[in-house]
Amino acid sequence: MTKGPWLIVRRLLFYALVVFVVVYSVFPFYWAVISSFKPSDALFSSNPSFLPIPFTLSQYENVFSGAAFGRNLINSLIVAGFATLISLVLGVLSAYALGRLRFPPKNAVLYIVLAMTMFPQVSVLSGMFVLLRQLGLFNTYGGLIFSYLLFTLPFTIWVLTGYFRGLPRELEEAAYVDGATPMQTLLRVMLPLTGPGLVTTGLLAFIQAWNEYLFALTFTIGNEVKTVPVAIASFGGATPFEIPWGSIMAASVVVTVPLVIMVLVFQQRIVAGLTAGAVKG
Amino acid sequence: MLTVRQTRLAWLLVLPTLLVVVLVAGYPLAQVFYYSFFKADIAFVERPEFVGFENYLFLLRDPDFRVAFWNTLKFTFWSVSLETILGLAIALIVHSNFKGRGLVRTAILIPWAIPTVVSAKMWQWMLNDIYGVINVIGTKLGILSSKVAFLANPNLVLPAIIAVDVWKTTPFMALLLLAGLQLIPSDIYEAADIDGASKWQQFWTLTLPLLTPALVVALIFRTLDALRVFDVIFVMTGVNTATKSLAVYNRQTLIDFQDLGYGSAISVAILVIIMIFVVLYMRFVGGVGRHD
Repeated sequence: MTKGPWLIVRRLLFYALVVFVVVYSVFPFYWAVISSFKPSDALFSSNPSFLPIPFTLSQYENVFSGAAFGRNLINSLIVAGFATLISLVLGVLSAYALGRLRFPPKNAVLYIVLAMTMFPQVSVLSGMFVLLRQLGLFNTYGGLIFSYLLFTLPFTIWVLTGYFRGLPRELEEAAYVDGATPMQTLLRVMLPLTGPGLVTTGLLAFIQAWNEYLFALTFTIGNEVKTVPVAIASFGGATPFEIPWGSIMAASVVVTVPLVIMVLVFQQRIVAGLTAGAVKG
Repeated sequence: MLTVRQTRLAWLLVLPTLLVVVLVAGYPLAQVFYYSFFKADIAFVERPEFVGFENYLFLLRDPDFRVAFWNTLKFTFWSVSLETILGLAIALIVHSNFKGRGLVRTAILIPWAIPTVVSAKMWQWMLNDIYGVINVIGTKLGILSSKVAFLANPNLVLPAIIAVDVWKTTPFMALLLLAGLQLIPSDIYEAADIDGASKWQQFWTLTLPLLTPALVVALIFRTLDALRVFDVIFVMTGVNTATKSLAVYNRQTLIDFQDLGYGSAISVAILVIIMIFVVLYMRFVGGVGRHD
């Protein structure tokens, strides 16, 4: 019976480990959230409270009182939204072809798409910069949306091809027997079935575009088009020595909370989508 | 014939994508190669001056490039190693059965859901030399004897940034490894239990070998990602020599120094370095990249 206590100790150690993992994962975000609810003097204390006491919403008021941050949020929504939408439309069409139809250079196309997902964004930075200038798209929504397709489109195609491939063959054959053309089959039979896949893929593409920093930083000037990551990274105080940490944390929470909620709600599907895209790759 | 119609339709469906690929990747990449042989100002692209391999020769002697190269390698090595070990540990924990497992799985996803720029800012605040919570906790627990300026100390700044990146990217690693663990049939462990193998032996002789394919794929993904690191470093320390990565140096050359020719040469070099890693990995694991 010497095993009993040892088992309890092991169980306790295991739970201690679990608690440590949870604290390690969650604490930084928790700290950002409570920092955003503290008034500045409580923020700059050598003995800070681990609860949002005293509590204030003034940091959020500061963030939204200038017109810029609201504008940045709208910019991000527009840019990430359209990049996602275009990627989904083009992605569905090519993923259907790549996943269900047979045509000679199919593997070559798949390799090109895979190569693009491994591609470092910075490698096309100068080429893209020059191209956007030539097209008159520098510092426009169009320019950012266009450049974001570099990573949202291949990702979408890669994941959706997997979804299409997983659908049962019989459905398609039944449609053909009924005299449907391949295009009708795609739109009426296959597309409704990929609904969940579309939601997950779209969500992941949107997150990527929402978080993008390098292109947004390089291809925009001023606040008209600037997205939130760029805005947050460049938040300044009245002087270089006065960094407005409270406002930065408030802005960070505003940008992150919707993502965290979406990720938690769609958790199962996102994990499935990520691992389908990555592990099968 | 259905097949002919199918082929035509397939081409039609893929065509818009191919067009976009040429426009957003092919053409800019060709431009980058082209300009890497020229001397040009990014603001006045109209009058480039052909210089042959001069930019590449300069790159080989450029001490800044060397610094950025080693910073990137150090960052990649430590970040990927640490997050692999941590990710594996976390995956094993959330793979085992215990009360509240669902909640823990949700909690570990949070760092992944946070934008890199935001996580960089959060940690910059936490690592603040005077008001940062890391210093407060560290001094209270007696781990730190006095407050440390993590991001101003040239010896600590890269490790600090690596720690931030590890925090942010470990969930992704853990997820991929968890998916790998779930593919391992549980009855082999029952057999091992009957044979009297300890948990530790089971880990080394069963879990690890069977997990290798998932591990390799995850390693490739994370290595390629780490080699092109930009956001976390640029936001936390800008173009600081102690931390700047190849991508950070690349952007500095192109935008701050306006040097289109040399900047493009650096871009090509980064692409080549990443391709070398891809080829090495592919050779090493053989065909993991195949989709079928």
